[in-house]
Amino acid sequence: MKRYSAFSLFTEGLRGHRGWTPAWRKATPQPGYDAIIVGGGGHGLATAYYLAKNHGVPRVAVLEKGWIGGGNTGRNTTAIRSNYFYPESVALYDLALRLYEGLSQALNYNIMLSQRGMLIAAHTPTQMEICARIANAMQLNGVDGELIGAEEALQRVPLLNRTADARYNCMGGVWQQRAGIARHDAVAWGYARAASALGVDIIENCTVTDLLIESGKITGVETDKGSIRAERVGLAAAGATPGLASMAGIRLPIHTYALQAFVSEPVKPMLDTVLLYLGTGTYVSQSDKGELVFGGGLDRVPTHGQRGNLPAQEAVVSGLLEMFPAFAQLKLLRQWAGVVDVTPDSSPVIGPAGPEGLFLNCGWGTGGFKAIPAGGWLLAHLLATGGHHEISRPFDLDRFARGRLIDEAAGSGIAH
Amino acid sequence: MQIFTCPFCGPRDETEFHFAAEAGKKRPIPAETVTDDEWAEYLYMNSASRGKAQEVWLHVTCGEFFLMTRDTVTRDVTAVTSLPGRNA
Ligand SMILES: Cc1cc2nc3c(=O)[nH]c(=O)nc-3n(C[C@H](O)[C@H](O)[C@H](O)COP(=O)(O)OP(=O)(O)OC[C@H]3O[C@@H](n4cnc5c(N)ncnc54)[C@H](O)[C@@H]3O)c2cc1C
Ligand SMILES: [Zn+2]
Repeated sequence: MKRYSAFSLFTEGLRGHRGWTPAWRKATPQPGYDAIIVGGGGHGLATAYYLAKNHGVPRVAVLEKGWIGGGNTGRNTTAIRSNYFYPESVALYDLALRLYEGLSQALNYNIMLSQRGMLIAAHTPTQMEICARIANAMQLNGVDGELIGAEEALQRVPLLNRTADARYNCMGGVWQQRAGIARHDAVAWGYARAASALGVDIIENCTVTDLLIESGKITGVETDKGSIRAERVGLAAAGATPGLASMAGIRLPIHTYALQAFVSEPVKPMLDTVLLYLGTGTYVSQSDKGELVFGGGLDRVPTHGQRGNLPAQEAVVSGLLEMFPAFAQLKLLRQWAGVVDVTPDSSPVIGPAGPEGLFLNCGWGTGGFKAIPAGGWLLAHLLATGGHHEISRPFDLDRFARGRLIDEAAGSGIAH
Repeated sequence: MQIFTCPFCGPRDETEFHFAAEAGKKRPIPAETVTDDEWAEYLYMNSASRGKAQEVWLHVTCGEFFLMTRDTVTRDVTAVTSLPGRNA
């Protein structure tokens, strides 16, 4: 792997940038592997990287039906944070955040992590109490998080609507300084490049059409490029996971919904944090190019179509205008949707399922970008050792029968 | 904006409707003999299938629960019917 550095950039610049080589190999499927990962999103690619890196598993393949990062990973609004409520969740998301903090170095790929802080803004005394509860939970869990008042909130986001007729005045909220954003494609590409350098085969345009099972054990997958054998298979296919799992007779606690995102035309820097408004459910950040990147709640109609509906668009856009009336003058550049895999407790499903050798990493719903390094780390652990890492244990599918849900929807009112 | 049809009220805005559950689940009884797995299956597990699906929806404004048959990719609705026994 040719290392990227300021020096290589400089010398390439002198040569007219003609010396760059592809970041990862285009592989063709071998007849068999030690482990196969279905889905070349962030979670699948990170899994492959950690399988090779942490566990030295030599023959690993990632099978991706389209192009890597073309699913939710390339469609998300990249808010990264670990302000969750339950200790299990904090352990999971803070592992991810800590790995993110060193990821550009570890992968030798600039993922443009910007820890610009995130404000969850409250508008009523009751919401302030909920924010206090979240901030307390974060501190008890050893994660940075504090309750801030209106004055500090308005200092951090001076353009917030504070006119007399504002529907939602900001009373303050939860502030996490280590939260922020990163470049989504760079996360997928960085993991792909580093994994490929360690010998992982990344196979695009390869759709898994069936799971091969013999006497209760997984033996491989059927694809549109033929069958490929492996005794360990990991599913990391977001909204497509229920369909894949059903090939092994597994039903999952997942509904699939479209989640939309929006990008405005670029403007001068005017928002240097990530902001989520409890009142409107809209959240927004400004990209390095100056575009406002924003989104909100789910479309309320279960779907597998990767496009959004109008009512959700109206709700999100009107929410943004309530927060910043001046934005009414901006034009929308783009709008799109991804199909997200939503669980009843808004927590992921990580662990074995069905036939021996089959493992799941799904159910990330609207908030799994921030978890990519951890999801990959933990699924790699499962695939390599056959058993749980202590951090993934609570997220096993068995929590639904045991009644041990990790209800972050109720606990921290999660949104992305 | 998509229009869904309530069997009681007729065509209305999608915003008036709420997805309730996938159709066809039967509550396992008697409770004393139901295992944790059966109960979890009933409460939480879904097909979330691509394509044709039959679901229970609620028309929030009138309170009617009904069956909707639709395609989860194209979003075409092919049938809406009252729940079994509703018009008996
Ligand atoms: C609009 C939007 C905004 C979001 N905002 C945020 C946010 O701000 N912060 C955050 O943390 N999260 C956010 N999320 C959620 C986040 O994007 C996802 O949870 C995360 O990217 C999931 O990653 P993944 O690798 O599991 O799935 P994906 O990136 O979707 O990858 C799954 C891959 O599997 C492939 N696949 C499917 N079926 C098959 C098959 N049969 N064979 C082979 N390959 C297959 C797909 O093509 C896809 O590339 C958002 C999501 C959306 C849609
Ligand atoms: Zn009605």
